[in-house]
Amino acid sequence: MAHKPSFMPRLEPRGHASPAMVYVTPLLALAVTLLAGGLLFQVLGFNAPEALYTFFVSPLTTAYGLGELVVKATPLALCAIGLALGFRGNVWNIGAEGQLTFGAIFGGGVALACYDMEGWWILPLMVVAGMVGGMLWGAIPALLKTRFHASEILVSLMLTYVATLILSLLVHGPWRDPEGFNFPESRMFSDSALLPVLLAETRLHFGALFALAAVVGGWFIIARTFVGFQIKVMGLTPAAGGYAGFSQRKVVWLSFLVSGALAGLAGVSEVAGPIGQLQPTVSPGYGFTAIIVAFLGRLHPVGILLASLLMALSYLGGEAVQIGMGLPLAVTGVFQGMLLFFLLASDVLIRYRVRFGRPQQEAKA
Amino acid sequence: MGMFKGTRLAAIAAVVAGLFGGAVTAQAADPLKVGFVYVGPVGDLGWSYQHDVGRKALEAHFGDKIKTAYVEDVAEGADAERVIAQFGQQGYDLVFTTSFGFMNPTLKVAKKFPKTKFEHATGYKTAENMGIYDARFHEGRAVIGTIAGHMTKTNVIGYIGSFPIPEVVRGINAVTLAARKVNPNVQVKVIWVNSWYDPGKEREAAETLIAQGADIITQHTDSPAAVQVAEEKGVWAFGQASDMAKFGPKRLLTSIIDDWSGYYIDRVQAVMDGKWKADTTWGGFKAGMVKLGPLNPAIPADVQKAAMDVKAGIEAGTLNPFAGPIKDQDGKERVKAGEALTDKDLLSMDWYVEGVQGKLPK
Repeated sequence: MAHKPSFMPRLEPRGHASPAMVYVTPLLALAVTLLAGGLLFQVLGFNAPEALYTFFVSPLTTAYGLGELVVKATPLALCAIGLALGFRGNVWNIGAEGQLTFGAIFGGGVALACYDMEGWWILPLMVVAGMVGGMLWGAIPALLKTRFHASEILVSLMLTYVATLILSLLVHGPWRDPEGFNFPESRMFSDSALLPVLLAETRLHFGALFALAAVVGGWFIIARTFVGFQIKVMGLTPAAGGYAGFSQRKVVWLSFLVSGALAGLAGVSEVAGPIGQLQPTVSPGYGFTAIIVAFLGRLHPVGILLASLLMALSYLGGEAVQIGMGLPLAVTGVFQGMLLFFLLASDVLIRYRVRFGRPQQEAKA
Repeated sequence: MGMFKGTRLAAIAAVVAGLFGGAVTAQAADPLKVGFVYVGPVGDLGWSYQHDVGRKALEAHFGDKIKTAYVEDVAEGADAERVIAQFGQQGYDLVFTTSFGFMNPTLKVAKKFPKTKFEHATGYKTAENMGIYDARFHEGRAVIGTIAGHMTKTNVIGYIGSFPIPEVVRGINAVTLAARKVNPNVQVKVIWVNSWYDPGKEREAAETLIAQGADIITQHTDSPAAVQVAEEKGVWAFGQASDMAKFGPKRLLTSIIDDWSGYYIDRVQAVMDGKWKADTTWGGFKAGMVKLGPLNPAIPADVQKAAMDVKAGIEAGTLNPFAGPIKDQDGKERVKAGEALTDKDLLSMDWYVEGVQGKLPK
């Protein structure tokens, strides 16, 4: 029975995670990130308080800056809310970027078809088309998953590249601006095909309201509907869900259609909002960043809203320290990485405690 | 251990103290503020790197009379407008936006910030406070095409393209025309990577072209990846945008170098003198915006002379790289003997000359 002492650390399950800590840790992670970031700035030879101020506060000191924050957060929140629904049900849609691109293609296609027309109906038609486009692109992995058990992770991811190439094909070919010197861009959309700006002198556009609606809708589905309950059960214990007669197929389809529609909405909001035309690429990876945002927000719509704002701030702050202090772009990546690292680390510590030495058999009191 | 802990605590204390005690320092003088927006990282060692070399030349030339800043790796899309607007909002006097995809965002921002002057590289739209500038890279390509035509043994030149836009198509045609002038058997194979900067894809494209028989690689993308592949595989390569000799000490024939320094200094001086106006600038060898790197000693003397003759002819205006007769891929004569393509034709070029293989993506 005698055992040698060992100093190898190991993780011991706590058995019961503190519910309060689940909500406290993101804030804790943010605080530690600020501290570590300040330290990093200091070590790099910059004035840490000035750098932190420039990074986290200066972008928010003007109405324009606040508008930009929301503009940047909108597509992230829209995509992440849809993804979170599926993630809760163990459905892994990694291809929101492709669904976003298809939303942009469908919505933008309507805008280009109507470029010489005017009317209130153009925008709603674009929005619906964008959502349908995203849904269609999301339906492919759902179909292959439910019909042939193909991995939805791989299929949805790879379809992203297909979507980007289709968009590229369109703007290099049939949808190219006829007056554009053969450059691969569509015409600029007409005023009837642009989302209205909510606040004068900013780029804050109507898409932000879509994101807010998605937060409320997402919360309602998860918290108040039977479908939401089924998704949660299937995610936690598929076997129990099966005994209760819940359908895995239904959860897969629902997750992909909803997240596809929301990603498509994000896509059409981008092209009809800040971009105003179709280009070979319409998103700098929002669909992928949204995966981080979904987890940062604890898969909860309100959490996702906050996480998307924080992630947006990290981009704006990164630009602000580049312009204001000549810090390299890599700082943005380092901050995002630290935030995620500290969050995941604290997640581990909520569920496990660190123990040194061998497990003790008699500790089963 | 104890010491480590001590220093760490001291550092944390310093940060915390600074957090509460620090104050943002203000600028004393009132320098001219010049901003730059780059599409790639400044470390791409190609396109964005050369623009940053120009920015540093500005700082060296004007010292504390100016203040420069840049934002790198800016996506061509919704992000570009925000970054450009940040410069406008912070009261920058002159902002250079250095990628084609920044054109419409620059135009939008220029309208909102009439006091700031904007200059956009490689586009075609202008405004009262927005000028455009570009370099005649195709002049450099006529020189490397001449070298390539002489040096190839397989008569296959590999070309890595970024996007099939007129600027890139023009380069492909310039190389092809010059190479076939000295070696009518040359064929040019093109691979598109759909990115300005993607070292992984550029590398794969170079390997594919070599596997298809190319013994000379040239590229219109921003990283030195293709040069490195050429060095490894023992084929010839050319540097693009900057002198890439250190990536291919044996196999790099020469480089086409973009030199923005003189142009940037002129434009900043014009703003200082109150003489700036929205212009269209398209300079080549003669203006010093395009330069040629050192020639590899492995190039035979007669080939070196042929190359320098082409360069001298272009500089003197006696040689036009796009002088007729020029046939397109289908053998149709596009330019008659004695005529030449105009700048307008060049700016919207969307067809391949005879000798380029494959179809232009449309």
